[in-house]
Amino acid sequence: MNLNQLTIKEAKEGLKNKKLSSFELTKACLKQINKNKDLNAFITVCEKEALEQAKKADELISKRQDLPLLGIPIALKDLFSTKEIRTTAASKVLENFIPQYNATVVEKIKNAGAIIVGKTNLDAWAHGSSGENSDFGPTKNPWNKECVPGGSSSGSAVSVASDMCLAATGTDTGGSIRLPASFNNIVGLKPTYGRVSRYGIIAMASSLDSIGHFTKNVEDSALLLNITAGKDPLDATTLPNPAEDYTKNLNKGVKGLKIGIPREFVTADLDKEVKSAFEKSIEVLKSLGAQISEISLPYTEYGIAAYYIIQPSEVSSNLGRYDGIRYGNDRSSFGDEAKRRIMLGTFTLSSGYYDAYYKKAMAVRTLIKKDFDNAFQKVDALISPVCPTLPWKLGEKINDPLKMYLSDALTVTVNIAGIPSLSVPAGFSKNKLPIGIQIMGKQLSESLLFQIGNAFEKQTNFYKQKPNL
Amino acid sequence: MTNWKTKPVYQLLSDLALSYNISMKIDVPRVAKLANLPLRQEEKGKFEKQLSEILAYVEKLKKVDTKNVEITSQVTGLENIKREDKIIPSLSQEEAISQTKSQHNGLFKVKAILE
Amino acid sequence: MKYRTIIGLEVHVELKTKSKMFCSCSADYFGKKPNTHTCPVCLGLPGALPVPNKKAIDWCVMIGQALNCEIADVSKFDRKNYFYPDLPKGYQISQYDQPFCKKGFIELSNGKKIGITRVHMEEDTAKLTHQGESSLVDFNRSGVPLVEIVTEPDFGNAKEVVEYLKKLQQIVRYLGVSDANMERGDMRLEPNISLQEENTKELPKYKVEVKNINSFRFVEKAIEYEIKRQSEILNSKEMPIQETRGWNEIKNKTMSQRTKEEAQDYRYFPEPDIPPLHFNRSEISNIKAQMPELPNAKFERFLKDYGLTEYDAEILTREVETAKFFEEAIGIVKNQIKNPDLEVSPKTIANWIINKKIDFNRISPYEFIKQIILAGQVPLITEIELEKIIGIVLNRNQKAIEDYKNGKTNVIMFLIGRVMKEAKQKLDVKLIKETLENYLKK
Repeated sequence: MNLNQLTIKEAKEGLKNKKLSSFELTKACLKQINKNKDLNAFITVCEKEALEQAKKADELISKRQDLPLLGIPIALKDLFSTKEIRTTAASKVLENFIPQYNATVVEKIKNAGAIIVGKTNLDAWAHGSSGENSDFGPTKNPWNKECVPGGSSSGSAVSVASDMCLAATGTDTGGSIRLPASFNNIVGLKPTYGRVSRYGIIAMASSLDSIGHFTKNVEDSALLLNITAGKDPLDATTLPNPAEDYTKNLNKGVKGLKIGIPREFVTADLDKEVKSAFEKSIEVLKSLGAQISEISLPYTEYGIAAYYIIQPSEVSSNLGRYDGIRYGNDRSSFGDEAKRRIMLGTFTLSSGYYDAYYKKAMAVRTLIKKDFDNAFQKVDALISPVCPTLPWKLGEKINDPLKMYLSDALTVTVNIAGIPSLSVPAGFSKNKLPIGIQIMGKQLSESLLFQIGNAFEKQTNFYKQKPNL
Repeated sequence: MTNWKTKPVYQLLSDLALSYNISMKIDVPRVAKLANLPLRQEEKGKFEKQLSEILAYVEKLKKVDTKNVEITSQVTGLENIKREDKIIPSLSQEEAISQTKSQHNGLFKVKAILE
Repeated sequence: MKYRTIIGLEVHVELKTKSKMFCSCSADYFGKKPNTHTCPVCLGLPGALPVPNKKAIDWCVMIGQALNCEIADVSKFDRKNYFYPDLPKGYQISQYDQPFCKKGFIELSNGKKIGITRVHMEEDTAKLTHQGESSLVDFNRSGVPLVEIVTEPDFGNAKEVVEYLKKLQQIVRYLGVSDANMERGDMRLEPNISLQEENTKELPKYKVEVKNINSFRFVEKAIEYEIKRQSEILNSKEMPIQETRGWNEIKNKTMSQRTKEEAQDYRYFPEPDIPPLHFNRSEISNIKAQMPELPNAKFERFLKDYGLTEYDAEILTREVETAKFFEEAIGIVKNQIKNPDLEVSPKTIANWIINKKIDFNRISPYEFIKQIILAGQVPLITEIELEKIIGIVLNRNQKAIEDYKNGKTNVIMFLIGRVMKEAKQKLDVKLIKETLENYLKK
């Protein structure tokens, strides 16, 4: 096995026992990045800095210093402000922008000793579900290079799936971590809204953006959340609850846990293979002792409509600061999708339309949240497919924005309600395209999600499979 | 739930349009101006079509009865988050202006604003 | 045709908190090197987030309480979206439909109550200066806390407006929350002015907003000018255009600013980055309890406690520093002067402060009282009696005379003291000194 194929836990073990050095590990990751440039997973690779940081990490390790991520190569979605490292949001507007500060999460990851290998590609401004909306070219799916990797955190998902790093950060506003995770056979966490600080992360929709990450397995995901979770005085929407040890309940299993299946997520027109993988997953959980039941979330069908009013409204306002005066290029550098969303949001907030659109959507939001609140009175967690379809071909939906939006049908209501969700590998199509499932819980239930995800993962071992690169 | 696999999207939309009797024209030039977005003449038609389709779709929210429903603008349930009146060092002037293409004596420079 | 003038006023007051409204940069921007008080938040960098300043909010509530407002139970911030180079985020964080305070009033000297519609918080914009074909932007001011105070259209003339502004400035200075200096820009105002035909009840169908007025003097001039301009238009059976005009202090007239084809659509919506604010009654009472004594209350108390005339009390309470100095001086007399003959009355202290130019920074209340005492009162002694007393003193103090004749001229102060002691009263020091010197020369 190549060093870059290790998990965080395995690499930490290896570093501690002097079986490998951070320098070798980082070098292996950088080699993999260079070998697979055609996947276009990275916008900026920090080769020199990463190797320097790795050397420093090795020095600390030799002095028996220990930090949670010491010497571990991590990639950051290019929405995360990194001081002195270019941060573009995958847009021409910021193609030369070098932030004067680090996002809080970046500080935390760095203080934990991690090595930043680079900034990953994404749909520009996080506007997209396929990874095709980048001004730096589309990212490709390592399992089938003619297919989309999913978005918007396309590059981060691909970098982990292709072993270019041991973990990568992402953001999930309407499914942007869970969808690419399920399209790449890796674990993707969307934490509770407010669990992880948004300070320094280029904003898409302020009330929906969740800061999460991709890892190769569930345990690594819990390890990383231990670092990123917590209240931030610089972000007024972070929750005051102290961060727990999210690895605590990993091995508790699912015996006796009540897991619900939202009827509206499954009576949808799912792709046959997605449906079959999902049904097999239910059987696995049943065999492990979980109590499965059917639940109704009646307002599910209004999720996309509510989301595609609330999100563009907030986007149109958040993107108002890009006027080219203090940084970046002017507004003519926005791509088509950004322009669409800015105009849509400007319209839905405008005088005469605000009540019918934005205000209405905010009321429907209450109803969608209530659906989940009611469900969690009856069950401990919910489970569903992540995307109604398999990864589609590059170019297939790019000219039909609405069609693209509908691929978020199973992910957006989670963001509207602000609850956490964990996407885990659940099998493959007959053409070896990955299929994932998501485990949803009430606010601050990440430990439980990891518990269920870990049990499922250890039973199915899908995560062990790697793409042929 | 909408049946995207069996019906082409445009058909769905015109179904919706007929059933709700809505005219979904969005004044793209006006909205683009409000949003300070320069738009080329040839782009206007394309965006008008796409945005109208999206708006047609979101019209379905009209079906939902929200008469006595409070809006949710803060899903965390948090309140009263404030900070103490203390000073923390600022960015230096060099840092502040480091990312602009146009500056003069430490000030950001723009084309004159006509009052 | 006679017209009734209808004026409403919007005033912005800059708070003198240590830090800015939504970030921890210093709010003390005046005269500082450009763009040295900025951070990701007030510079509008990608990813930055606002966190509200607790003190600024408390001070806004305190201003509302001083203006007799109702304080909201629940309040929030909203985004006001528009584009301008001095607005780094492309929106200003302000308050729209749930301001901190509303429905207050200020009473004018003519008994009229001016309704305060609302008092709310927002953040200031950057400073734009113009240089030839460019505009230059300094973000030091961006994000400084601003309180906006809006009145009902209750003013009928320029004098009422000026009185209101002076009262508002006085209150805000008394509270210690702002220097409210119009010339420095910590207090800005925009009157909106319209004229109504005298015999109609209908409100005018237009109003003209006037900007760029930065002294009390210009307030009157600008309003008078506008009234004249609008009545001329109305007289020719036309309606003045609803617009914003700028006061031009060189040309002494208001001038039309770029006319907007339609009113700005600010697309207000609740600020998603800041959770709502919920005040409980005890918090609100606490803020009120911390409020210093207001000008009106101090005025009434001065009348009652010190027996001053309204004229004197008004001048003494015009500025809080003056009132403070006055009361400290009274305290000195009460606590430190034991000799009843050296008693200085409140009326005397008042006269001195009112009639002489006292620099409160250069003289302490103690020194001030000493000065009054030394200046003395009109001598209640005849020239003959004075000479007699001087004779007695000089007889008793032969050595002092010798010292004086030998060049120790400051021994005269000792002799003056002796004379006063012998006379058993305060006397005019100058008079005694002169008389003594005449004697000693002999």
